[in-house]
Amino acid sequence: MTELIDSTSSSESPTMTESSVPAISAGDGPLKMTTRNVDVFYGDKQAINDVSIDVTMDNVTAFIGPSGCGKSTFLRCLNRMNDTIPIAKVTGEITLEGEDIYAPKMDVVQLRARVGMVFQKPNPFPKSIYDNIAYGPRIHGLASTKEDLDNIVETSLQRAGLWREVQDRLQDSGTALSGGQQQRLCIARAIAVDPEVILMDEPCSALDPIATAKIEELIHELRGKYAIVIVTHNMQQAARVSQRTAFFHLGTLVEYGVTSDIFTNPTQEKTRDYITGRYG
Amino acid sequence: MANTGTEHTVKAFDTDINELRGMVAEIGGRSEQAIAKAMRALEKHDLKLAAEVVAEDKLIDELEKRIDELTFQTIALRAPMADDLRELIATFKISGVVERIGDYAKNIAKRVPVIASTHKLGPASLLPSMSNIASQLVRDALEAFARRDADLALEVSERDQIVDDFYTSIFRSVITYMIENPKDIGEAAHLLFIAKNLERIGDHATNVAEMVYFAAKGEPMPERDRGENPTDLLEEPTAGR
Repeated sequence: MTELIDSTSSSESPTMTESSVPAISAGDGPLKMTTRNVDVFYGDKQAINDVSIDVTMDNVTAFIGPSGCGKSTFLRCLNRMNDTIPIAKVTGEITLEGEDIYAPKMDVVQLRARVGMVFQKPNPFPKSIYDNIAYGPRIHGLASTKEDLDNIVETSLQRAGLWREVQDRLQDSGTALSGGQQQRLCIARAIAVDPEVILMDEPCSALDPIATAKIEELIHELRGKYAIVIVTHNMQQAARVSQRTAFFHLGTLVEYGVTSDIFTNPTQEKTRDYITGRYG
Repeated sequence: MANTGTEHTVKAFDTDINELRGMVAEIGGRSEQAIAKAMRALEKHDLKLAAEVVAEDKLIDELEKRIDELTFQTIALRAPMADDLRELIATFKISGVVERIGDYAKNIAKRVPVIASTHKLGPASLLPSMSNIASQLVRDALEAFARRDADLALEVSERDQIVDDFYTSIFRSVITYMIENPKDIGEAAHLLFIAKNLERIGDHATNVAEMVYFAAKGEPMPERDRGENPTDLLEEPTAGR
């Protein structure tokens, strides 16, 4: 049932048929999250159809597909953000470090710290830059002293590539920053609670090309420190930032593989039509 | 995976690709014609025809430049992926290779004035047959490109062996002739070079076929056992052959 993916050889990329399980080779690094046979319904309407995919530490995974294909819906399953939608129903199994995230004993607040999320429109709190970052560690009890908190704030801002731009004005409002800076602030905010996974839902859609490039460079730097999944409708961005790409179409996972293989020699016709701009 | 022929949503992309395909067909046709004309000039010792081949090579060079420019532009502006990307990379390489084929034909034509008509190709009487096979390889390689036909491309690569075998045979004949007719060594040497040019044309047709295969399949053509051992050519030829 499972096949090895040789991440070095395009000729050995397996054909990923819909609903088959993409396997992991030794080169893919430690497994962080697994999903098996996930369905999502909004009322009677099925939005996700039997999706099984793994998220690993060492590779940035991109979800691509046309509007309405379910990529954001599926992303939101990974930290139970769909719980906030009353008519949404999620079935199947999703695990984080082997734990079922939908188990009754799972603390959803804790889950969302471990699996952080960055949204399309930057959404800093209407607080100072400092308090934006410090808020999460405070409520999760991650700092016992002011000095600890200062360290967390500085480290998070450094990791997000924002420290030098804001170190002298930490008391300024987070909302006074530029769009690109706000988004990096949101990434720093996610990092501050020491996540294991960072989910990014079209993080650059609202940003100009320069700000976008800075976020993409940041994603390169964060790779390996956190498991990263990015939803993007920009195929070139997926090609630039990810090592693994999953193509969704009408709620189904059509193809998953090494990014360079997906974009140079996809095995599925639907994938090839989408990435070459033959939308029919 | 084969191109199913579905059009791109952005029609200008298809326009660019079709224009490129047309230009590759044209440069291929011109190079093939150059081979045929050069060989006809050689057989008939037709100096005027030979001069035409030399002059027309400039058109092939210009066409290659235009193909390179348009390919480069299309890659920059269209961000092609998958089979589109492979086809454009193949186009880039193929135009350079076909231009080299044109150069070999020109090189053959340049030798026509120094090969006297009385010899009527003597020891290299197989040259016209060799050039027909080599020309056919070029034609089929470009046909394979037009049709995205990996199987035809593979076949071209295998048939190159026939051109190589012709070369081996002509080489031995000409060497024997040189030993027996030392005063004609100069002209005989030109015949050798012409045979070598045709052999290289066969190799280049194979290069085209390899790129076609890659564009169609997304993986390199399997290596063929070329079989040709240069030291075979150095066997002592028997007298009187």
